[in-house]
Amino acid sequence: MYEYDQYDQAMVDARVEEFRDQARRRLEGKLTEDQFKPLRLMNGLYLQLHAYMLRVAVPYGTLDSRQMHALADIADKYDRGYGHFTTRQNIQYNWIKLEDAADILADLAKVEMHAIQTSGNCIRNISSDHFAGAAADELVDPRPYAELLRQWSSFHPEFSYLPRKFKIAVIASETDRAAMRLHDIGINIVTNEAGELGAAFYVGGGMGRTPMIAPCINPFVPLDRLVTYAEACLRVYNRYGRRDNKYKARIKILVHELGAEEYTRQVEEEFVHLLDQGVEPPLAELERIKGYFEDPAFDTGANARIDRSDPDFAVWVDRNTVEHKEPGYVSAVISLKPVGGIPGDATAEQMRLMADLAKDYSFDELRVMHTQNIVLPHVRKADLHALWAALDEAGLGSPNLDTVEDIIACPGLDYCSLANARSIPIAQRIAERFAANGKTGTLGELKLKISGCINACGHHHAGHIGILGVDRKGVENYQLLLGGSEAEDVSLAKITGPGFDENGIVDAVETVTTVYENERQDGERFVDTYRRIGMNPFKEALYG
Amino acid sequence: MAETLRYRDDEPVDHPAVTVDSFLDQSNASAVRIEPGDDARALVPHLERLALIEVNFPAFGDGRGYSSARILREAGYEGELRAVGDVLVDQLAYMRRCGFDAFEPDKQFDRDDVTAALERWPGVYQQAADDRTPIWSKRHA
Repeated sequence: MYEYDQYDQAMVDARVEEFRDQARRRLEGKLTEDQFKPLRLMNGLYLQLHAYMLRVAVPYGTLDSRQMHALADIADKYDRGYGHFTTRQNIQYNWIKLEDAADILADLAKVEMHAIQTSGNCIRNISSDHFAGAAADELVDPRPYAELLRQWSSFHPEFSYLPRKFKIAVIASETDRAAMRLHDIGINIVTNEAGELGAAFYVGGGMGRTPMIAPCINPFVPLDRLVTYAEACLRVYNRYGRRDNKYKARIKILVHELGAEEYTRQVEEEFVHLLDQGVEPPLAELERIKGYFEDPAFDTGANARIDRSDPDFAVWVDRNTVEHKEPGYVSAVISLKPVGGIPGDATAEQMRLMADLAKDYSFDELRVMHTQNIVLPHVRKADLHALWAALDEAGLGSPNLDTVEDIIACPGLDYCSLANARSIPIAQRIAERFAANGKTGTLGELKLKISGCINACGHHHAGHIGILGVDRKGVENYQLLLGGSEAEDVSLAKITGPGFDENGIVDAVETVTTVYENERQDGERFVDTYRRIGMNPFKEALYG
Repeated sequence: MAETLRYRDDEPVDHPAVTVDSFLDQSNASAVRIEPGDDARALVPHLERLALIEVNFPAFGDGRGYSSARILREAGYEGELRAVGDVLVDQLAYMRRCGFDAFEPDKQFDRDDVTAALERWPGVYQQAADDRTPIWSKRHA
């Protein structure tokens, strides 16, 4: 994985000192809260309902064990002994004191980490495929491109006061595991007819109050023009994105209002201009970065068979491991979705255990998934049983990847000052319901996502089943949506009808799964059945 | 009004800047002020007779002026490029990188804060409108 050189380290160290100075000036009253707010946000520091929240960047979701240990130490030293992994592959701490923030950033800098641009109206942490470098189906490892863009976007002088936040995802396979087309810019590394690598640019996707799927604006940008093209996309947005209304300020609205064709025309014009400005790093820089992402020393003779004689282990293998490009290995998913737990939360002890297991069994590497789980990307099949036994003992062995229990939920009204309703307790009750009725396994892949307000941090638009919490005359009310997907079959979920109360929404989820069980044909997932039979049978069962 | 912070040796322009519309209508002005919604490229045919371009920041969070500045420098403008209005000391380093060489903030900067802001960054990750060498260029020198 990527390692800082003297330049990277000096930049992160300078950022710590800058923030320390800003926090001092805020405490001395030289900066007003209005002036300080964008500065602290660009260092990941939010003011939540009860305390400050600090969001730490995990670039493209990749971590080593030393970094995971540092995250655990921060949880113990400055928070309440746990952290929360997020849908953009980051981690956030919910109980931070402003006075400690600069010290935390200094601790992070010691392990080549930071909280730069994890919030604010700037280019955020670049996300990617959590199975990058391991997936059997990838064209190339997408992370070097993400790292190139991470550096380009860090401290960008022109694009740090954008109309709104800006999120970029990079993938390099037909299977989309990063919700690529629901980002402000989604990049898919592809080949052209000549077999050369390039980048397909999708611009203007997003969730929030106005969900949109990004159109492809350029199917092939050559790799030696990647940064220049991104710069052109951003400049058109910075100049013409709406600033009159916060809720219409994302690039998706600009692309929608101009039309993809006109937006593309403007980008192409700016791109031609920028080609003469020398903004593109040499390809040698991309090659330098690629050097950090070479395959670890896989044991190519490793046994490709798994001893499945332990039935509990076999269930976990079937559910939580994913095919690897090396036949003797798998990527193993550590579920942070124990039934009744808080989706994405991990205690400091669990983080340390995951770090140690990564060191023992996965070439010292971990990944954060956008579904709020952790991956050990390269595990020898022969080591799987030992790994599973250690996880299971620590409460990390839930065999529920991509099932109805593997719920994405935003922090909701338990933490967030924007929320209208609680998300976490709904996730807990739904998982408990399906664990109790024993249907989790038989329902197969079922992506359930819950947001506590229309800002959609819980990705409810992209759930096979989505739940949106709203406030109805002072009472929490939950709308049900069906048919969304964030993957390569991307679609936006549609609302079923009137909402439900807290008990009603749990029943409603069970009701729609019963419709699926009765209607499904061979091999169909919930979302496939929904797409085939449409909304009506579900509506009848819910409201009929 | 705070004093103007200048990083140039030439004499400042001694007459007030006019709006982009009036500049385009009359030929004798040598100072113009760009508002966030103005298209900086409208000035490009006239850069030779301009000695001062002010870029107004009515609110510090509106970043359109950063693009205006870079576009003008990319077009070869060499006169004074002055950020005026709600300009904060924590924005100085990025503004310098976008080509601003003068600042007229609503509220006076603290001199030490200015020095700290401009000396802070040991490197830069991008080619911009200043003369700093990007880190990627140093790596492959």
